[in-house]
Amino acid sequence: MARNSRSIPEVNAGSMADIAFLLLVFFLVTTTMDIPTGLQVALPPITNEPPPESQQRKREVLEVLVNASDQLLVEQKWMTIDKLRQKTIDHLTNEGKDPTLSTTSTKAIVSLKNDRGTSYDMYVQVYNELTAAYTIVRNEYSQQTFGKPYNKLRQKAQIDEVKKKYPKKLSEAEPVNKGGN
Amino acid sequence: MSKFKNNKGKSLPAINTSALPDIVFMLLFFFMVATKMRDREMKVKTLLPKATEVEKLEKKSRLHYIFVGPPLQSDIYGTTPRIQLDDKFATVDDIQDYITLKNSEKDEKEVPYMTTSLKADKTVKMGIITDIKQELREVNALKLSYTASKDIGDD
Repeated sequence: MARNSRSIPEVNAGSMADIAFLLLVFFLVTTTMDIPTGLQVALPPITNEPPPESQQRKREVLEVLVNASDQLLVEQKWMTIDKLRQKTIDHLTNEGKDPTLSTTSTKAIVSLKNDRGTSYDMYVQVYNELTAAYTIVRNEYSQQTFGKPYNKLRQKAQIDEVKKKYPKKLSEAEPVNKGGN
Repeated sequence: MSKFKNNKGKSLPAINTSALPDIVFMLLFFFMVATKMRDREMKVKTLLPKATEVEKLEKKSRLHYIFVGPPLQSDIYGTTPRIQLDDKFATVDDIQDYITLKNSEKDEKEVPYMTTSLKADKTVKMGIITDIKQELREVNALKLSYTASKDIGDD
């Protein structure tokens, strides 16, 4: 047939490289590398001295206990994990209003105590809620004072100011062993 | 049909392959970026817990890894959670030596910035985690990260 007797014109491949680079850039932008993420914790250094006698009154401390069955006890009351964040925020921003919660945010402490039988998943969830509460109150304060959220602050003085207002006093007590391993 | 008969003898024009290197390089780059190099063989299962407040760990060179979880080969090693350091099973007592050894390979200036990335399975109990934390405090490796995947609220 007449079609086959003609030679097929060569496909112009000059722009192939451009297409390839376009795809490359597309993948570079849309895919993410497996960047390790995690909850950052600073462990307290070991000291041989016994801990100083607590000068804090009991109302400054928000006691959070997690038992071996992953149940939560906050200030001697049973609580579900979805209410923990709000409770912590209330505690941190109380400023003396509620007589059972902290007098001032700079003194407020959150004490977390778990059992050796607590599951790691539950512990991370609780820790996450407490961290979230700190993040929220710091953001709110930062927004009110400097007009932008805490993680957008660039001046060290401003960051320190927020940190001073809401210091992250999250203490972890030595775990008890009631539920076994 | 003449369509299939006549093309013997007539050579087709060669396909232009000058763009092939570009495509191959593109694929190469894609895989380089998207895949993670497998640098150690996992012996324990680590299904990470989810959290919303996770932060990125900045420098991979400044990380120690500790894995905790039930062994993958449960028919040989049982189901009790074990600690894995590098490619080997370890006990809690090995952690101090491991961290000290790893730190000694680093620049002295970097040591205070070393973070320990604790990759533990969801089901692991806190007892073993607490022991690890205590060991880390003993060797003054105070920066710890509970590795968790970002919770995007799908469940």
